[in-house]
Amino acid sequence: MSELLVLVDHSGGQPRKISLQLLAAARAVAGDLGVDVAAVWLGPGAADAAGVLGAHGAARVHHWDDADAKGFVTVPQVEALEQLVAAVAPAGVLFASSNHVKDVAARLAVRVGGGVITDATGLAVDGGALVATKEVFGGDVITTSRVADGALPIVGIASNAFAAEEVGGAPAELVPFDVTLSDAARTAPVTDVVQQASADRPDIAEAAIVVSGGRGLGDASGFSLLEQLADLLGGGVGASRAATDAGWYPHRYQIGQTGRTISPTLYLGAGISGAIQHRAGMQTSQYVVAVNKDPEAPIFQIADFGVVGDLHQVVPKLIAALEARRG
Amino acid sequence: MRIVIPVKWVPDTAGEKQIDPDRLTVDRTSVASVLCPVNEFAIEEAMRIKEAHGDDVETVVLIVGPEEAGPTAAKALSYGLDRAVRVTDDAVAGSDALGTAQVLAAAVRTIGFDVVLFGNQSTDARTSLVPAAVAELLGVPSITYARRLEIADGALTADREHEEGWDTVTSPLPAVVSVVEAINEPRFPSFKGIMAAKSKPSDVWDLSQLDGLDSGLVGADAARAVVTSAAPRPPKAAGTVVTDDGSGAAADALLDWMAEKKFV
Repeated sequence: MSELLVLVDHSGGQPRKISLQLLAAARAVAGDLGVDVAAVWLGPGAADAAGVLGAHGAARVHHWDDADAKGFVTVPQVEALEQLVAAVAPAGVLFASSNHVKDVAARLAVRVGGGVITDATGLAVDGGALVATKEVFGGDVITTSRVADGALPIVGIASNAFAAEEVGGAPAELVPFDVTLSDAARTAPVTDVVQQASADRPDIAEAAIVVSGGRGLGDASGFSLLEQLADLLGGGVGASRAATDAGWYPHRYQIGQTGRTISPTLYLGAGISGAIQHRAGMQTSQYVVAVNKDPEAPIFQIADFGVVGDLHQVVPKLIAALEARRG
Repeated sequence: MRIVIPVKWVPDTAGEKQIDPDRLTVDRTSVASVLCPVNEFAIEEAMRIKEAHGDDVETVVLIVGPEEAGPTAAKALSYGLDRAVRVTDDAVAGSDALGTAQVLAAAVRTIGFDVVLFGNQSTDARTSLVPAAVAELLGVPSITYARRLEIADGALTADREHEEGWDTVTSPLPAVVSVVEAINEPRFPSFKGIMAAKSKPSDVWDLSQLDGLDSGLVGADAARAVVTSAAPRPPKAAGTVVTDDGSGAAADALLDWMAEKKFV
């Protein structure tokens, strides 16, 4: 049976949360496509992950057990996938729409004559072909798209669009493959890996709940309040450009048209007016909560629940109530 | 050293957009277009490299688009870049990200380059596919999402941002780089820069002038990602708004709502 390949994005030997969501996306269409779901693991560590990948529906995991996969920028992974695609002739490849993985997809598509769709929030099968739903122009427009006949579909899935689910499968069968790397694949080495994100706090791209702060926080210390709230909710912390430009919070957490695009289940904005440039990065969130002292703030136009009030009063009360609830 | 800075002519994020029902994309006559704000970080980085390395650095802005994109190239020049190339050809219309990458790669090859400096995404499509696809077509490393970039002695060092932090990498030149907004704080164009932009060299090319372009890979017919429907996002129903009495007591109502939605 032909396969739908799921490129596993992994870190520290563990599949990242998005990878289990990718397997859920693959399962949703595998029946209609008439294919098996097979994971692809590039780099060491597949054997330890076979259990969780199988539990989430991967029949097997093609793995290339070589540290070069992540030891050099992008191209080793592209060459590995190019050679795997040639060997197994898959029905398609699903990937995580995260920074570095998009590069792998783009370079792979050039090499194998594939068509790439990124950031899909829905998948369906129509006339035997994959059809993807996605949101463009900062979430203003919703499109469906497909890959042209004869081109390999290479489809990136947005975070939180599919719910990861254990379906009780046996450990994925381990299928090793060999890769012949070109000299060009080893020209750009990774010399250091710096972990900046808090180990306990999820990144805003994959967090189900994101607490976000803006100019209304007043200063950098306001973010420690938001971190406290986020940690109680198991969420991530983001910021508006006004806050990152002011140096109150690192740029990497900026949500908006020049920064990150997120689609959590719950977005909670505190002291954020909701200018269109910020909304372009978060308006596809499932639920939006806003706390702002200005009743005219545009964020209230898209808020499911709004509190007109001083965040310095409301947020500490919310934290206290959550702590009391927890007991 | 020559740095090519591809920039994009995008619909203003703040503008209300009409969808062209035939082409299934935004009707560009319905909304003002601007220089993509993410490109400002690439332009700033190019200017900083030029200022650090002196006059042997040439900076070339590259734009693919219709004649109406001309002012966007002029805006890019007003920051201090040296010259502009605009590729304008009806055959480009309807290209997907990979088709656009074909045109950009051929134009970069024609100009000649040591570094191609992109923004990490455009504010309209946001696929982030183009820089890596251009690198693949040019056969060079793709050093994308750079939050720090240093160039010396024909090589670069960069910190490539990802979800958990960043990877420090090195690469020989030539290379394709994309930058994220953490990398710098863009300057504003000076009045002098705006005036000077008008007299800087600007070339306009069509596809026949690009080296090594297979025009069969460009345009709507060659697109391998095909949009089959497009609709405006439905407006959101008005939510609940409560007004706090100044004590923070409204937090209780918020917590009740969060409990009802099972977030706590």
